[in-house]
Amino acid sequence: MSSTIASVNSQTNALPPPKRASAQAALVYERQERVSSSGIWVGVFAITMSFAAFTSALFVREGTTDWGHLELPSVLYINTLVLLMSTLTLESARRALAAGPFGNIEGTRKASAWVMITLLLGLAFCAGQFHAWQELRAEGIYLATNPNSSFFYLLTFLHALHVFVGILVLVYLAGRLMASHTTFRRSLFDNTAIYWHFMGGLWVYLLLLCRMKL
Amino acid sequence: MEEGSVQQAHVHAPPEGFLRKHVFSLDHKVIGKQYYGLALVAVFTGMILSWLMRIHMVWPTAKIPLLEHLSSAGAPGGVITPEYYLSLMTMHGTLMVFFVLTNAPFAAFGNYFLPIQIGAEDMAFPRFNMMSFWVTFTAWVVLMLAFFIPDGPPISGWTSYAPLSAVGKDAGPGMQYGMSLWGLSIAIFCIGSLLGALNFIATTLDLRAKGMTLMRMPLCTWAWFITSCIALLAFAVLLPACILLILDRHAGTSFYVPGGLVISDRLQPHSGGSPLLWQHLFWFFGHPEVYIAILPSMGIVSHILVNSMRKPLLSSKVVIYSMMSIGFLSYMVWGHHMFLSGMNPISALAFSFPTLTITIPATVLTLIWLGSLYGANIQINSASLFALGFISMFVAGGVSGFFLAQPSIDIYLHATYFVVGHFHMVMGVASLFGVFAGTYFWFPKMSGRMMSEPLGKLHFWITFIGTYCIFMPFHYLGLIGNVRRYQSFVDDFMAPYLGVHKFVTVVALITGAAQFLFLYNLIYSRFKGKPAPDNPWNATTLEWSIPSPPPWNNFGDRHPIVYHDPFQYGVKGSKGDYVMQDSPEQVVPASGD
Repeated sequence: MSSTIASVNSQTNALPPPKRASAQAALVYERQERVSSSGIWVGVFAITMSFAAFTSALFVREGTTDWGHLELPSVLYINTLVLLMSTLTLESARRALAAGPFGNIEGTRKASAWVMITLLLGLAFCAGQFHAWQELRAEGIYLATNPNSSFFYLLTFLHALHVFVGILVLVYLAGRLMASHTTFRRSLFDNTAIYWHFMGGLWVYLLLLCRMKL
Repeated sequence: MEEGSVQQAHVHAPPEGFLRKHVFSLDHKVIGKQYYGLALVAVFTGMILSWLMRIHMVWPTAKIPLLEHLSSAGAPGGVITPEYYLSLMTMHGTLMVFFVLTNAPFAAFGNYFLPIQIGAEDMAFPRFNMMSFWVTFTAWVVLMLAFFIPDGPPISGWTSYAPLSAVGKDAGPGMQYGMSLWGLSIAIFCIGSLLGALNFIATTLDLRAKGMTLMRMPLCTWAWFITSCIALLAFAVLLPACILLILDRHAGTSFYVPGGLVISDRLQPHSGGSPLLWQHLFWFFGHPEVYIAILPSMGIVSHILVNSMRKPLLSSKVVIYSMMSIGFLSYMVWGHHMFLSGMNPISALAFSFPTLTITIPATVLTLIWLGSLYGANIQINSASLFALGFISMFVAGGVSGFFLAQPSIDIYLHATYFVVGHFHMVMGVASLFGVFAGTYFWFPKMSGRMMSEPLGKLHFWITFIGTYCIFMPFHYLGLIGNVRRYQSFVDDFMAPYLGVHKFVTVVALITGAAQFLFLYNLIYSRFKGKPAPDNPWNATTLEWSIPSPPPWNNFGDRHPIVYHDPFQYGVKGSKGDYVMQDSPEQVVPASGD
């Protein structure tokens, strides 16, 4: 029991003194760390299940008479590169934070720079997806034009929505890091990274699915 | 701040102010009670809807006072139209399945007791927990709005089969805005349930007290945990299904609506969709939903039986493994709802086999309950009566499942009252018996007062006999060929059996009225009941080691340490024939054993 508290305390070095003083608060902190990490994996599992349902819907719909072909806008490949780069930059941020004791000045400064880059790349990805939709619209291909376009808009929009949620959390984290606050939970950072990597992986899957099936 | 007091160390501060205490509370106990309250409102609404349906079915021209004010088109002069009968049926099913059978045994009791039973001070994510209730509440409001729009509620039944559910107003009254509200409500409900399931899983995995190994968890905690795993998968599929439905209805896509479809003399502007896709996605959720409703009740019943028998079950491990295999198998059987959809006979066989397999763990569970009851000196009270009633309902309703699981027999019985009788007994009433048992058992803990036993027993006997009188005849009516979802049978081949329907209606009115006894008991005991001790049932689990009702932070500044499994009955403990889970004393077998 006491060793847990000690290790937690070493992790919370940089927390403001009143919090560090309380062993109880440290316990609560440690508890939050644990549940957040299970929580994110359960959440990732649920999102996977939803996209699996959409995939099976696509397979069923594929067998029907009006299934055609959709030429994917080429900007999608640039977007893919952007999103994959962003998972690398966020991983760099996570490692910069993990390198020293939590809250050390050097690590925090590096991490906040990496998070800012990730944020920009994430926004660029969303803008790129928007551009892809605009491109299709310009060709007269809308959501209801044919089943292929329906699935394309649906899958890309829902993925972008999830990425956008990630961006909102990144904005919060960037704000905290920039202001040299380290009072957010470490697990929040690690779990945002897991979520963000998952979004990258999910996008690669969706791109392959769209390319092969639509 | 510096003191490191319990208050600031708790995951959330002590609630202050009316809103934080009773409305937007982060306390899992308040949230559990909110879910219970919502389920209570929904169950009485659903029950009154079923009364209206039963009355219309046997007296189609009966004038029902006040109904005209609710819907002048659906009940002109108080007489229910055939279409409005279908609206009532849709709302009855939706309310009961989603807002009662999912909310009451799982979300309500699970929220209240899962954290306490594992020795946690709250759920893993209290804010998500609050959100999941209020999201569910919003879903209920959206659904109920359908009653108050001119269009009225949808007429598609709780399964809302495409393509009629996806084409809008051509499909009949209520199918324009009412159906949209239905789709939106269920989509919102999915989000609430997913948040809830996430919370349950993280809480069970991470927040168990010291010594609370997985195998030392009470059986109802196990049931809630397994249910939350099922719910996570099931609602994650229903949500996409609802999104596709909403897109078909409002964005002109064709996921579910085939081409060349003419409804109400109008060619539908869709092409190539697959109506079966809805059925697959819906039943991939829909069948596990049956187990979302029944598993928590199985857990609650096992929990209560162990306590009233004062001895462990024959094997609690086998109970846990059986519940797990039911949860696992529940994902392989959804096609048995679709034997008549024109599916390949080989896939019908492939769905039939796991469906019959699922009866094995179900039978094992029943045999364990019955075998443990054999020779047990069971204490009879309202809670244990309802627990025994659960087993009775589960067996009586489950046996007809053997018939329905076989494609060749199901072709005849599909969409008849046989099916209606089957699922009402095994999913509806059995699960509700678990909820009643849980209510009589845990009410002292939740409110600090005892419920009235004589009223509880009266409630049990009327409900138990009434349920059999209502749903057993359904099986025979189904065998005769009585098709479900028809509004009346006065002038067809069913006319000679109208007497049976009349009998069922009268019993339904009486049994329904008995539920107001329960409501009265609940409200009266809440304020005037006998004060309850901390552990009125001499039970072993952690919820009975804290005051009734529990303080906001459950265990105060105590961190419970667990020494035993929850089955230490029939032993010699310092307090009697039981040893509590957090009691460090050695377990000594009672003398004479």
